[in-house]
Amino acid sequence: MRLIFVTATTGLIMLVGIFELLRRRQLREKYGALWLLVALAVLPLSFVPTLLDGLSSFLGIASGLSLFLFLSIAFLLAVAAHLSWESSRLEEETRSLSEEIALLRADVAELQELREGAKTP
Amino acid sequence: MTATADRTLTILPAWNEAESIAAVIKELQHEIPGMDILVVDDCSGDATALVAREAGAKVVRLPYNLGVGGARRLGYRYAVEHGYEVAVQMDADGQHDPRYIRDMVLALNTADLVIGARFAGEGEYQVRGPRQWAMKLLSKALSAIARTRLTDTTSGFRACRGELINFYSRNFPVEYLGDTVDTIVQARRSGYVIRQVPVSMRPRQGGTPSASPVKSMIYLLRSGLALLLALVRR
Repeated sequence: MRLIFVTATTGLIMLVGIFELLRRRQLREKYGALWLLVALAVLPLSFVPTLLDGLSSFLGIASGLSLFLFLSIAFLLAVAAHLSWESSRLEEETRSLSEEIALLRADVAELQELREGAKTP
Repeated sequence: MTATADRTLTILPAWNEAESIAAVIKELQHEIPGMDILVVDDCSGDATALVAREAGAKVVRLPYNLGVGGARRLGYRYAVEHGYEVAVQMDADGQHDPRYIRDMVLALNTADLVIGARFAGEGEYQVRGPRQWAMKLLSKALSAIARTRLTDTTSGFRACRGELINFYSRNFPVEYLGDTVDTIVQARRSGYVIRQVPVSMRPRQGGTPSASPVKSMIYLLRSGLALLLALVRR
């Protein structure tokens, strides 16, 4: 019973926390939706930890909790890979922007020189 | 392709090179008068940009440090936007001798990419241990890929022309070693012709080369990885 109390509070805190982040527009919707779905899927499990036992015995896994741990690790790995991909893309984008800025500043400096040259003949 | 200064841009990526850059620019101007020189200041903390501009080079300054590959890519992009036909890339630390630029540009008559290579008869540059193995491995593998003998694939002294400048302005790999290894593989795969011209290199005027055995070993591993990635990349 105490275990269920711990898991249930954790699940609820997670759900509320993500909802709050979404409400304050701190999370892009795509991530928010993802984590809300996760929280909603985990919540019933946190109240009834034996819920997965049927599925796990069908898959040949000893207990529902093992299946749950396995799935969560696989899921977290996928999320980490996705974030690495996302940050590589962002790096490439900021890189292009900084190139653009460098070129623009060089152009501006050139134009300024031309203008000053025209003012003082 | 004539060996004139017309529509040729020399790209010098520079990071905290205020002490040596002016001499390098002076030498270039003396060797090939009238050629445009672009210094890509990779967000130096010193007066690199100022010194370069005073010495008569064009300067673009990156808002934050992108590394030598990133600086070179910006150089190629500048070359494309300003319509240059030939781009020469060299180091700003005085290792590369501008006397060879004429030969390299001349060699562009029969190639798209010309690499100024050590170990090709000129000069007496020596390396040992893991670093030497790494260089051997790279030159063997890349020679096979490029279907020409390449003895110094990590050389940053290069000249290229026409469409390849455009290609590099979009695809120049910005990762360490990628900027030397990947560029050759990519160029070859896209059907460009690669040649090398023997050059001798001088000791650098500033900074120290990385030489400890551990660093050399890491260098070997990273070259292997860079090569592998270059080969499997789409």
